[in-house]
Amino acid sequence: MDELLTVSGLEKHFPVRRGLLQRRTGAVKAVDGLDFTVNSGETLALVGESGCGKTTTGRLLTRLLAPSAGRIEFEGRDITHLSTAALRPLRRDIQMIFQDPYSSLNPRHTVGTIVGAPYRLQKVQTPQGTKRAVQDLLELVGLNPEHYNRYPHEFSGGQRQRIGIARTLALKPKLIVADEPVSALDVSIQAQVVNLLEDLQNELGLTYVMIAHDLSVVRHMSDRVAVMYLGKIVELAERTALYERPMHPYTVALLSAVPIPDPRRREGRERIRLTGDVPSPLNPPPACRFHTRCWKAQDKCRTVEPPLLELAPGHQTACHYPENPPT
Amino acid sequence: MTFLDVRDLRVHFPTDDGLVRSVDGLSYRLERGKTLGIVGESGSGKSVSSLAVLGLHKRARISGEIWLDGEELVGADEEHVRGLRGKKMAMIFQDPLSAMHPYYTVGQQIVEAYRIHHRVSKAVARKHAIEMLDRVGIPQPNSRVDDYPHQFSGGMRQRAMIAMALSCDPELLIADEPTTALDVTVQAQILDLIRDLQREFGSAVVIITHDLGVVAELADDILVMYGGRCVENGPSTEIFDNPQHPYTWGLLGSMPRLDRERSERLMPIKGTPPSLINVPSGCAFHPRCAYAELVGGACGYEVPQLREVGGGHQVACHLSQEQRHRVWHTEIEPNL
Repeated sequence: MDELLTVSGLEKHFPVRRGLLQRRTGAVKAVDGLDFTVNSGETLALVGESGCGKTTTGRLLTRLLAPSAGRIEFEGRDITHLSTAALRPLRRDIQMIFQDPYSSLNPRHTVGTIVGAPYRLQKVQTPQGTKRAVQDLLELVGLNPEHYNRYPHEFSGGQRQRIGIARTLALKPKLIVADEPVSALDVSIQAQVVNLLEDLQNELGLTYVMIAHDLSVVRHMSDRVAVMYLGKIVELAERTALYERPMHPYTVALLSAVPIPDPRRREGRERIRLTGDVPSPLNPPPACRFHTRCWKAQDKCRTVEPPLLELAPGHQTACHYPENPPT
Repeated sequence: MTFLDVRDLRVHFPTDDGLVRSVDGLSYRLERGKTLGIVGESGSGKSVSSLAVLGLHKRARISGEIWLDGEELVGADEEHVRGLRGKKMAMIFQDPLSAMHPYYTVGQQIVEAYRIHHRVSKAVARKHAIEMLDRVGIPQPNSRVDDYPHQFSGGMRQRAMIAMALSCDPELLIADEPTTALDVTVQAQILDLIRDLQREFGSAVVIITHDLGVVAELADDILVMYGGRCVENGPSTEIFDNPQHPYTWGLLGSMPRLDRERSERLMPIKGTPPSLINVPSGCAFHPRCAYAELVGGACGYEVPQLREVGGGHQVACHLSQEQRHRVWHTEIEPNL
């Protein structure tokens, strides 16, 4: 399979400034050394709790943020330090779907203006005019093309998310970074949008990087999953391997915390309860960052940082004492 | 005597655009020591009905009856109902940041609630606040009690609000989406906490959520709401093993699940939730229902009434029991 996107050593540190002179007193290490690839046509999910750096990663991949260090290659070309002008053609290939369908659409613009904006900004001529192209897009995402002149407030949350998706698709991107694309929607609408994203992927051969915290949705949609904790990837594996044989204790704990919609299984389920909250990324724990909450932590975990190693084919884990170790 | 008995509750809001029928004939009962899960999507009336129980609506037209421990709350004196809040009944809100006062410390807010119901000195109340914070798992409660809400993380704020709600041992606890804004690991901690505290104090709990996983973890009984009405209710195991309403099927089919084989495709409900100003005639769900045609018309003009289908399980649907049985076993359950 072709590698569409290659990320190595990616870091983003946000400086923290204090005092009258705004001296730099520290840094929030939101993303602290990521290595992964995204293959053409697949869905890679980034999961983790709030503050783990998954959204920052998404913004780095789309270059809405500039990385502090590391390298991002798209189709073999280094895009890490491209200028705004040099990025513009790239925006056709890499697009983003945002979480909140209420704040990501301009309330003063009609649907036609919103979805047609990419054509105007990129000065793209469409064979039968912009209006026709926009109407085709609306139809593609399951909206009525006659609603071209309506405003966002006239639509429900799920329909607004479809408008956002139509705008994303306008320039026929290759890679779409979807940041929590369904988490703001009602359950019944979530399923509609999940199915739509899958259909579009099959029809248009899209590649997704999906950022999500809902592990059930991630299992449904992704081919591979990267679990993040405090700015680092702790486990990266094929979907089935990750859900059936998770190796990192954090992944095990996350999976066991998902409520199961079956009241008969309420008792007797093996649960791992993590105590406390995620530590601050301003001052992450040394060595293995998970050791403060890990039930398997030993001295080694507090002193030596575990590297992300391939313990089974295609299954990378950063842990000294992994669960389900390969035999 | 039933502890909480809600009968034909209606909560309507007059607006410039017309009358919003948020809750339109809701009835349920809840005993002490039991947990009721109210499930529904946004706008189904689940939160509005619970705020009505607490008497927190200002400009609503409320009719029907709400009996709490033998006392009628609809039309009761406002000052009297205010006296019930905190001790008799308390609420955990979804968003702790907007439910707490930003200018007062967490401790001051718990102390205030406690001293309204208990004639104790500030020092004693403060000690109680620290105990409560410790009880809900706030680290270093001695110093944290003097923090402001913004100094807490999301999970800690939610725990502080639970501490506040539980500070007077309420007999009825209403939790409105208590974990929706939280990460799964923190959600699991909060659900454990609610469960433990209920066991300890024997309160009646209403948990409002859109997440079927959360109700399956906590609830003894489940009530499914749609368009301001109850469409199905019964014991949790019945609702999950033998759901009878097409809307409940839709919710189950919409939800990817970790405890089953991964399905290739989700089965969403078509369309969008109804406007509460123009609730569809007849069964409010009929424009989105894939099985309305099996009935042949009645769904469009006749409101289905809740009917017992056995084992304390009620459903409001025009489909016959045979039809529901067949659809569930042949079309829905095998594809979940």
